[in-house]
Amino acid sequence: MELERKLIKKASLEKLYQKLQANGNKIFAPIIKDGKTEFHYNPSYAEVTYDHIQTIQSLKNTVFPKIENLVRFTTDRNGTEVTEVDLAKVPSLVLWGAHPCDAAGFKALKSIFMWDYKDEYFNSRMNKMVVIGLSCYKCDDNCFCTSVGLNPGATNGSDILLTKLSTGDYLAEIITEKGKEIVNAAAELFEAAPAEAKEGNLAQVKQQFSHEKVTKNLAGAFEHPFWVENSLRCIGCGACAFVCPACACFDIQDETKGKTGKRLRCWDSCGFGLFTIHTSGHNPREVQSQRWRQRIMHKFSYMPERNESLGCIGCGRCSRACPVDMNILEQLIALEKIQ
Amino acid sequence: MEVEKITEEAPEVKTFRLKFKNHEDAEKFEFKAGQFGEYSVMGEGESTFCIASAPTRKGYIECTFRKAGRVTGALANLEEGETIGFRGPYGNIFPIDEWKGKNLLYIAGGIALPPMRCVIWNTLDLRENYKDITIIYGARTVNDLVYKQELKEWDERPDVKLVTTVDPGGETPDWKGEVGFVPTVLEKIAPSSKDTIAIVCGPPIMIKYTFPVLEKLGFTEDTIFTTLENRMKCGFGKCGRCNVGKYFVCKDGPVFTYKQLKELPDEY
Repeated sequence: MELERKLIKKASLEKLYQKLQANGNKIFAPIIKDGKTEFHYNPSYAEVTYDHIQTIQSLKNTVFPKIENLVRFTTDRNGTEVTEVDLAKVPSLVLWGAHPCDAAGFKALKSIFMWDYKDEYFNSRMNKMVVIGLSCYKCDDNCFCTSVGLNPGATNGSDILLTKLSTGDYLAEIITEKGKEIVNAAAELFEAAPAEAKEGNLAQVKQQFSHEKVTKNLAGAFEHPFWVENSLRCIGCGACAFVCPACACFDIQDETKGKTGKRLRCWDSCGFGLFTIHTSGHNPREVQSQRWRQRIMHKFSYMPERNESLGCIGCGRCSRACPVDMNILEQLIALEKIQ
Repeated sequence: MEVEKITEEAPEVKTFRLKFKNHEDAEKFEFKAGQFGEYSVMGEGESTFCIASAPTRKGYIECTFRKAGRVTGALANLEEGETIGFRGPYGNIFPIDEWKGKNLLYIAGGIALPPMRCVIWNTLDLRENYKDITIIYGARTVNDLVYKQELKEWDERPDVKLVTTVDPGGETPDWKGEVGFVPTVLEKIAPSSKDTIAIVCGPPIMIKYTFPVLEKLGFTEDTIFTTLENRMKCGFGKCGRCNVGKYFVCKDGPVFTYKQLKELPDEY
């Protein structure tokens, strides 16, 4: 679909939000609560903020919930009754104000969940979701979207992308059919494209490394001393994986209460020592440096090759969340130069 | 699936013969030697085991497991007639069609005979397709040898050469087999590598010491096969657990040639 440009006035944006809400969509939008900006379900429009650089949590919970109920079961004397989860009941969701990096994060997840076997839990949520993106007008030292092929105004992954203009109104770029449907259903709120260019209203994120070069270097870097040197302080807490928009490793566990129970798919992390341990006690990745290597290799070497997608969108959340200050950007800059 | 029959193989090791409860599932189900499944007790979770019976034996599948954790503990408590969950088959296969006309050398250690039993019976059921079939099987102690009845059967067959061994100290006074680690016994009996495919299955440490012996005997990298047993959850290349470098043991394996293994990073 050819990209279409429109203008939406600041006041009309609120009307669009309310219209989407009135139409029965669940809305996931960023608000400031207890001094932190995070996405919440169905906030009132007055609470919605457009000023954050980055939320602590990523938005992957919308399509890859922290805990996904795969099946329910009831066990009694007559045996076990298994009930499938009705995925048709997944509600329509509007993701309001996702930054371009987060929108691109869904593409990375898709490359995992839709590779080979198509994951219907992921897919049913993904199909029911519309992404209204919001270009970034500011960034911080942890942002590096431009180094992983994105930019503060990248359209990839959004259905509609909003960019705040100098007037306070917004440029709306309509990227997909899903986006067009929304605009058509609220045509009165949109006006002819503004003359003002998008580019002048975007954050300046300097490109700091070439991801192609990193990928190329990683191919021969499995045994490189880099991994030990750069992971000594890693405590294997998994925070980086939990806040990452593109980390998709999961565990499957059963939880029961009396006669009923659920089989759950839960977020997991390759940083955890138990992640790969065999029943025998043998562990293919027995020390933290091997787990850190897996994390970087998976995102910058294995995924580009197997899933045709990088596993990183340059949001910098992992660096901000790391309790021992491991900075992925610094490491990637170093990896671009290793011999 | 219904647990039709339970066989006690060794201390804490059992074989389940499983039958689909749903007729349609039974009709649709097909698998090949080398593939695995996810077996579950609802409320406890899932465990990954290979399918230990041969695809030439229709109407049921078998799995053999050692009681070790939460799921296998719950499986071990089941009785005949009870129900378990099954997902599968997953993974790639032993290319037994390509092995036609060759000698087969099976080398297994401990609880790793089950993944090999599938392909052993598969090729024995198609016996005319293969020349000499040799099986070398070792366990820590005599008691730890699994499929004792079948070992006896293979031993008595004129068209199979079976060598069993136990680790030093694991023998009993009336033990008639070899005493020594699998790689040592392999070196001692030194089977010919001419027109022969070697299939190796065992704990990582056994595999690592067996390959060099095979190479010394003249086996080339692409005539040696093994199956990897990395920890898994999903079985279809998503959960991220069984990666060895860029490969997924669940999708690209579990069957690998030594040649492929050499290209893989040491992560198994």
